[in-house]
Amino acid sequence: MTVLLDPTSEQSPSSRERLARPDKLEGLTVGLLDISKPRGDVFLDRLDELLSQRGIAVKRYMKPTVAKPAPLPLRRQMVGEVNVVIEGLAD
Amino acid sequence: MPPLDATLPEDGLIAVVKRDCPTCELTAPVLAELAAHGGLTVYTQDDPGFPETVPDRIDDTSLDVSHGLKVEIVPTLIRRAGGRETDRTHGWDRAEWERVSGFQGIGAGLPAFRPGCGALNVEPGHLEDLLIRFGETGLSARRVEIGADEDEFEAGFACGWSDGLPVVPPTEKRVLRMLSGTARDPKEVVGLCPPNLAPLTVEKVAINAVMAGCKPEYLPVVLAAVEAVLDPAFSMHGVLATTMFVGPVVIVNGPVRREISMNARGNALGQGNRANATIGRAVQLIIRNVGGGRPQEVDRATLGNPGKYTYCFAEDEEGSCWEPLSTDFGIARGVSAVTVFAGFGLQGVVDQKSRDPDSLARSMAASLKAIHNVKLAPSCDAILVVCPEHERTFRNAGWSKARLLEELRELCDIPGEDLVAGAKGIAEGYGPSVLGTTRNKFRQGGLFIVRAGGGAGMFSGIIGGWSSGGAAGSLPVAREVKS
Repeated sequence: MTVLLDPTSEQSPSSRERLARPDKLEGLTVGLLDISKPRGDVFLDRLDELLSQRGIAVKRYMKPTVAKPAPLPLRRQMVGEVNVVIEGLAD
Repeated sequence: MPPLDATLPEDGLIAVVKRDCPTCELTAPVLAELAAHGGLTVYTQDDPGFPETVPDRIDDTSLDVSHGLKVEIVPTLIRRAGGRETDRTHGWDRAEWERVSGFQGIGAGLPAFRPGCGALNVEPGHLEDLLIRFGETGLSARRVEIGADEDEFEAGFACGWSDGLPVVPPTEKRVLRMLSGTARDPKEVVGLCPPNLAPLTVEKVAINAVMAGCKPEYLPVVLAAVEAVLDPAFSMHGVLATTMFVGPVVIVNGPVRREISMNARGNALGQGNRANATIGRAVQLIIRNVGGGRPQEVDRATLGNPGKYTYCFAEDEEGSCWEPLSTDFGIARGVSAVTVFAGFGLQGVVDQKSRDPDSLARSMAASLKAIHNVKLAPSCDAILVVCPEHERTFRNAGWSKARLLEELRELCDIPGEDLVAGAKGIAEGYGPSVLGTTRNKFRQGGLFIVRAGGGAGMFSGIIGGWSSGGAAGSLPVAREVKS
């Protein structure tokens, strides 16, 4: 394990902060990422339905395999096309 | 770790040696003699098999005992009595060894005296490791743990510490080494760092200097530059927060330029010299990390400029017929100093035809009048960076720096008719009250001259400033570099 010395004024927590969540989804494009786990599509189809009913733009993506991280071209495509991503991580 | 005294013999002699020391090799027979009398414990720093002449050697390749005993030279011979040290000598000096050991006539076949060698525990690298292991660094910055599988360079980005380029991971060891570049106390507060006015300690300067890629010997220059930008006259908060292009430009004068191998000649304002590149970068990282000044947050720059990664160079004093920039601020020639200027980019002054000083000065003035906008005067402070081939023309004509500044000032007078809004078909400009008057492009004392650049090329440069130049905005500030 490497220990680094904090170069900042230490006025914020040292744990890295996640990007702030958007206050609302209206006006944003939501990506639904199927990680290729069985029945993930059931969950994501329902989300698609609910989001679309609210008039929120939805785009669907799928990882080729659950066993590996999403390939770089897919990650780049999602970053370029959507504002937030929802994925189902478990069965 | 148990306390050192608990691991040492209560009474008797201690010797600390290393094989990689000819004097230790020389004293091996003496150590055997003393061991034969009993009551000698030998600690070996490098090779646990040394000295073969002493059966009960103790492996101190961890250097823990050597560090605890504050050994600086090997061999060191120590006498202990009642659990504490009562006497010590180092190197080989028969009389001293006889006194400390209490045995006369030892090392009969040896010369009377041989100096010892440096102990391993005080060698750079080992010493820092020991200070870290024993919690004796004196460093107070918060420790941030990086996961074992995490790339430490990626962590620099993820933690938000980077200017967009990789930063050197600021480990305790690297920061300790950086601090060896100054005699100043790491806890000393250099000032309050804008925009958040966070206390900036020497230690935080060192951490950011490590990240920027500085060597320890650059640290005094970084400290001087930081002190200069924190001077209220420089107005760092405004320089950072403005929508204009500017950032701190750091210009170095005096012997330190050569001591740290800065570039004042070919490509002086460009890439390729470690000191130039990293000193300027360290200043920017400090503003970002300690001050909290980040682009699109308090840094409201519309375009910024590439110099906001780093903008630092040295003046070519040896190649110049003029007094160095630092003397404009009352610092004597020959004294190491930094001058900070709120500036941006570089506007070229290309003149390959002028061979007399009047023509060349007119050429330079015409370019100077274009800073920000030809319709604005006074617009900002500026630095004219004069290249060697241009300087030669002034040198041959016997023009001092003061003379050139005076001529340029005269040439930078602009009639109000050229500055009024709408003149030249440009809406930018001033109201009709400017008509019939003359305005100068610069406030009095707002133009500076620096000599830098390579031998070939009639290409000088202009570093433009902030529109709030002068006392109402940012004034250039110089500081002496102190060790």
